[in-house]
Amino acid sequence: MTPSKIWTGYYTMIRRELVRILRIWSQTILPPVVTTSLYFIVFGTFIGSQLAPIHGFSYIQFIVPGLIMMSVITSSYMNTVSTFYFAKWTKNLEEILVSPMPDWVVILGFVSGGVLRGLIVGICVLIVSLFFTHLVIYNALVLILAFILTSLLFSLGGLINGVFAKGFDGISIVPTFVLTPLTYLGGIFYSISQFPPFWQKVSLANPILYMINAFRYGFLGVSDVPLWLCFTVLIGFTIVFALVVAYLFKKGIGVKN
Amino acid sequence: MEAVSIRGLTKTYQGGVQALRGIDLVVEDGDFFALLGPNGAGKTTMIGILTSLVTKTSGEASIFGHPVDREPVAAKLNIGLVPQEFNINIFEKVINILVDQAGFYGIPRREALMRAEPILKDLGLWEKRNESSQKLSGGMKRRLMIARALIHAPKLLILDEPTAGVDVELRRSMWEYLRRINKEGTTIILTTHYLEEAEALCRNVAVINHGKIVVRESMQSLIARHGEKKLEDIYLGLIGEKAAA
Repeated sequence: MTPSKIWTGYYTMIRRELVRILRIWSQTILPPVVTTSLYFIVFGTFIGSQLAPIHGFSYIQFIVPGLIMMSVITSSYMNTVSTFYFAKWTKNLEEILVSPMPDWVVILGFVSGGVLRGLIVGICVLIVSLFFTHLVIYNALVLILAFILTSLLFSLGGLINGVFAKGFDGISIVPTFVLTPLTYLGGIFYSISQFPPFWQKVSLANPILYMINAFRYGFLGVSDVPLWLCFTVLIGFTIVFALVVAYLFKKGIGVKN
Repeated sequence: MEAVSIRGLTKTYQGGVQALRGIDLVVEDGDFFALLGPNGAGKTTMIGILTSLVTKTSGEASIFGHPVDREPVAAKLNIGLVPQEFNINIFEKVINILVDQAGFYGIPRREALMRAEPILKDLGLWEKRNESSQKLSGGMKRRLMIARALIHAPKLLILDEPTAGVDVELRRSMWEYLRRINKEGTTIILTTHYLEEAEALCRNVAVINHGKIVVRESMQSLIARHGEKKLEDIYLGLIGEKAAA
């Protein structure tokens, strides 16, 4: 296929996905915005006003980047896992698999859908957060890089989950029992510097901590871990997940047969 | 020119089920070819390998000279598939299903819309183009899957039981359409359990059973060779012989 034909195929995939995301906005965009707004109200305004500043920022200012990141992570992951698994379950995936689009374009199409939904939800949550607090951007480049890499990573993660899922239970186990606990314990609501040394070390084993801190650095200029380490973890996991997805598609595991 | 060339094709699924046990088959360009066999004989697996939906275990399969494993893009560009089960996006409008499928083959939206109109008109779906596909009847969904398979103008159309559950009148109109596109140059491989359909449409036939080709010859000679027997009796005899063997 020529580059222009490959582009047409890729564009078709993301256009179709964008139309779907916007058509069912009450399922794809509204829920994370409502949930995060409740966090802003309860933890930010009601409880947060009683708490001491963290790293020199009010509590709500401190938690906003983490809450945006939480909705980006969940939305990106859920988009690819549900879209891919539903396409597999209805056999609609065959439409794409019989086409001459190379595997990498198909992967990129699904992953871009997740990134796109993460972007839309992230921007909506960011806008809502402005009703509750004042935000400044400390480093736009770090912010954008952390956002894109995180949504890319979790879109890839969702795709791996979708490939292996054998039922609708299979697409909810990882988000419920792995993703949510790791996100909540990833430093959204606190700085690990407030912990005793042992629990600080335990927290460092959570990869989501690095993503939230990179994103927070982009907004506030503060991070519990060095920025270079945040991006090393992010880029490292993204490369590993991308290689896993490429291998699964090449071998047809969970995709063909 | 060989539209399809298969040599020593085998497929063993995980768990040990041998779906194909060394298939050799050639389908010439321009043919209207019937692939017959009972459920579980290996027809859909063979089609799956030709369309890259199933990974072969061993052997060779080529579409117009392009091996499906080594030159998948060239092979896929030449194939249109109408699968056995409905696999259309039920939330999508009829026209968008065609335009999106064209997009996957690198055909831009504007060109796809122009291509879609005559196909949908020929298949009696033009009036339904802006309706959600879930509102279509079973027969209409079958025709929509044919339309989708033809949007990129493939040289080879594979139909896996396309008229299952379709009423007689509609089946006849689909026959006419298939005859027409075959005359216009599209090679067609048809699997069906309606033997009168295979007899009415196809010039050549292969019968597959237990993952092996039992017979491969022209429809005319197959029927002539068995004297007064109907195709149904010939078919049952072939399947029975193979089962006994």
